[in-house]
Amino acid sequence: MENINTELSDHEPVSKGAYLLSVVRLSAVFIILCGIVYPLASTALAQVLMPSQANGSLLKNSEGKIIGSELIGQNFTNPALFHGRVSSIEYKAEASGSNNYGPSNPDMLQRTREFIAKWKVDNPEVPIHELPIGLVTNSGSGLDPHLSPASARVQIPRISGLTGISADKLEELVREHTEGRDLGLFGEERVNVLKLNMALSQLSVK
Amino acid sequence: MGIVQIVAVIIILLLLVKPLGTYLYNVFSNEPNRTDRIFGGIERGIYKLGGLKKREGMSWKRYAISFLSTNIVLVAFGYLILRVQGGLPLNPNGIGEMEQTLTFNTVISFMTNTNLQHYSGETGLSYFSQMAVITMMMFTSAASGFSVAVAFVRGITGRKTLGNFFEDFVKAHTRVFIPLALLVTLLLVAQQVPQTLKPTLEVATLEGQTQQIAIGPVASLESIKHLGTNGGGFFGANSAHPFENPSPLTNVIEILSMWMLPAALPYMYGLFAKNKRQGWGIFTAMMVLFLLLLSLNFYAESKGNPAINAMGIDASQGSMEGKEVRFGIPQSSLFTTVTTAATTGSVNNMHDTQTPLGGITPLALMMLNNVFGGKGVGLINMLMYAILAVFLCGLMVGRTPEFLGRKIEAREMKLIAIAILIHPLIILAPTAASFLTDLGQGAISNAGYHGLTQVLYEYASSAANNGSGFEGLADNSTFWNMMTGLVMLLGRYVSMIAMLAVAGSLLRKQPVPETIGTFRTDNGLFTGILIGTVLIIGALTFLPVIVLGPIAEHLTLR
Repeated sequence: MENINTELSDHEPVSKGAYLLSVVRLSAVFIILCGIVYPLASTALAQVLMPSQANGSLLKNSEGKIIGSELIGQNFTNPALFHGRVSSIEYKAEASGSNNYGPSNPDMLQRTREFIAKWKVDNPEVPIHELPIGLVTNSGSGLDPHLSPASARVQIPRISGLTGISADKLEELVREHTEGRDLGLFGEERVNVLKLNMALSQLSVK
Repeated sequence: MGIVQIVAVIIILLLLVKPLGTYLYNVFSNEPNRTDRIFGGIERGIYKLGGLKKREGMSWKRYAISFLSTNIVLVAFGYLILRVQGGLPLNPNGIGEMEQTLTFNTVISFMTNTNLQHYSGETGLSYFSQMAVITMMMFTSAASGFSVAVAFVRGITGRKTLGNFFEDFVKAHTRVFIPLALLVTLLLVAQQVPQTLKPTLEVATLEGQTQQIAIGPVASLESIKHLGTNGGGFFGANSAHPFENPSPLTNVIEILSMWMLPAALPYMYGLFAKNKRQGWGIFTAMMVLFLLLLSLNFYAESKGNPAINAMGIDASQGSMEGKEVRFGIPQSSLFTTVTTAATTGSVNNMHDTQTPLGGITPLALMMLNNVFGGKGVGLINMLMYAILAVFLCGLMVGRTPEFLGRKIEAREMKLIAIAILIHPLIILAPTAASFLTDLGQGAISNAGYHGLTQVLYEYASSAANNGSGFEGLADNSTFWNMMTGLVMLLGRYVSMIAMLAVAGSLLRKQPVPETIGTFRTDNGLFTGILIGTVLIIGALTFLPVIVLGPIAEHLTLR
């Protein structure tokens, strides 16, 4: 009862052994092509055409020493610097991720309450309703290099008090480091915390 | 601005559907065309290396056996490599071999196009494994799924045969995935995604601490990860990691990479059916369901988590827990919806941390498993529902149902019933089983109703071959590796083989001429009925468990 259309083609003059050998040979071709040739060719092209991007967009300080990647956030604890977002892995970039707290997770709610309480102590000048949620929450990667402009601005009174740099000057600094949406349309306005702090350190030195 | 940028991405997608669908038709219709001149030579070389002199059309059984045996060979190879990766080259970070059940889970996960990851890339895989196993399977599993979808379309549109699996498999690589992947890789590197064989970097930070930064050949994996709707990340944090997805622009590139091929397939189907309206009908049904669920996620995530908002802070950014500043709500919400519609399973924000109502979107898309869908499978599933819809309408008016001029009879309906029922069965039964054992319950990291959702999500993701997770679940244990491994196998192969059988069976039938009494499947009425069928079947099977999980959590959250 096999169908008429395909009946003919089912009688292929190949043995089972030859057929299986074909399957193995074809698989081997694609293991080499997709698994080895393609990634190595991509690496060669990327390294020749765009070496800076291909090697992790590293940032150097004024002495030419590499101090990190502009894409990877750092753990800032000095209260005189801008702090990034909450990171359960403390920006340890040999791994990535977060605690994956669900919206009703008591540990997450506890962490948030504690953060807000500590924030109040460190930043008495700022009313709590101005504290942006981005600063209080853990990023997905745990390595988020950015803050929203509001999350940076809200730290200015604290930093100004500790460093003596005027609030106006710091406002100006944040404004200079605010990146717009990509192509004016996609994503959100943001400030790269590492670059901002590098510029801030320069100001403090002067 | 939020809605504008979402609409902009959808418009770009719509513009891509026709040219890409036409190209796919040219590649797989096997009629001579211009692309032969560019790729013909390379393909002849590959056929020669593979010992494939004759490439005749196959019966559905032969097609299925060829598909399965190729996958089995690749799984065996992948298993071997992961078990001995410690001693192989390109392992600058000195990663050891992978544990047995985790290896079982990982190779099945990548061969079935699921990309559920119970390991973390930074610490679990050598660069060689990332390339020769993970990247390789991202190509071959996508090409396998694509081939089966094309064969299915040939069958139901009455071509001479289903085609030759090996020829389809080769062409999917040479004419679709490899050229596109190279292009997207270079675009991503230009936008700062790394591509290097150097080991993990060590830097002294601005504050003088030491920071280790994992890096590697990321871009070449990232491109095929999305083009092949695979979804497995180079790093643990997947596309939330700034090296995998550094900017909103790369986010848009990744969204379109995973979305454009599944969205172009209905158009290709319309060309095969010699009636473009058939294809647009299917596309419209998919797009309507997509927009419904996207709106739900966008709305819920913008409103945020009431428990946090009640703490009196400025919550205007929306629910930012588990999200990245550069993406914000719009780019996160769109990514979530596309990645679960297209069964990619990459994530640019953590689905576990989404608001309860927002989390329904990815869950529902995996439960429906036919809104765009992964490489080929979504189209097959939607056509399966289309045949079911025709059958239901036929019952209501008392006519023998027909689809594309062929009678739908008992054999086809039995096969379709199997394919439709296996999906809820392998989600709900293992979920229940997991709650009956300590091994299953012990993995839950978020107690209460959210815990139910975590388990449910893991199995829905495995069954739909999606691969995203509510990642808090501690799922790297023998129990979870084996359970989800089996669910992934069943989720992939049972429905694919059943659908190849349907295609083979329809191909054998004499076409019946279209009359005035024929129930048309190329108009708005049918699209509406199709959407209704999908929603009714989906709600009947999954609504109770959604009420117990996310909806209960939402009602208790304040």
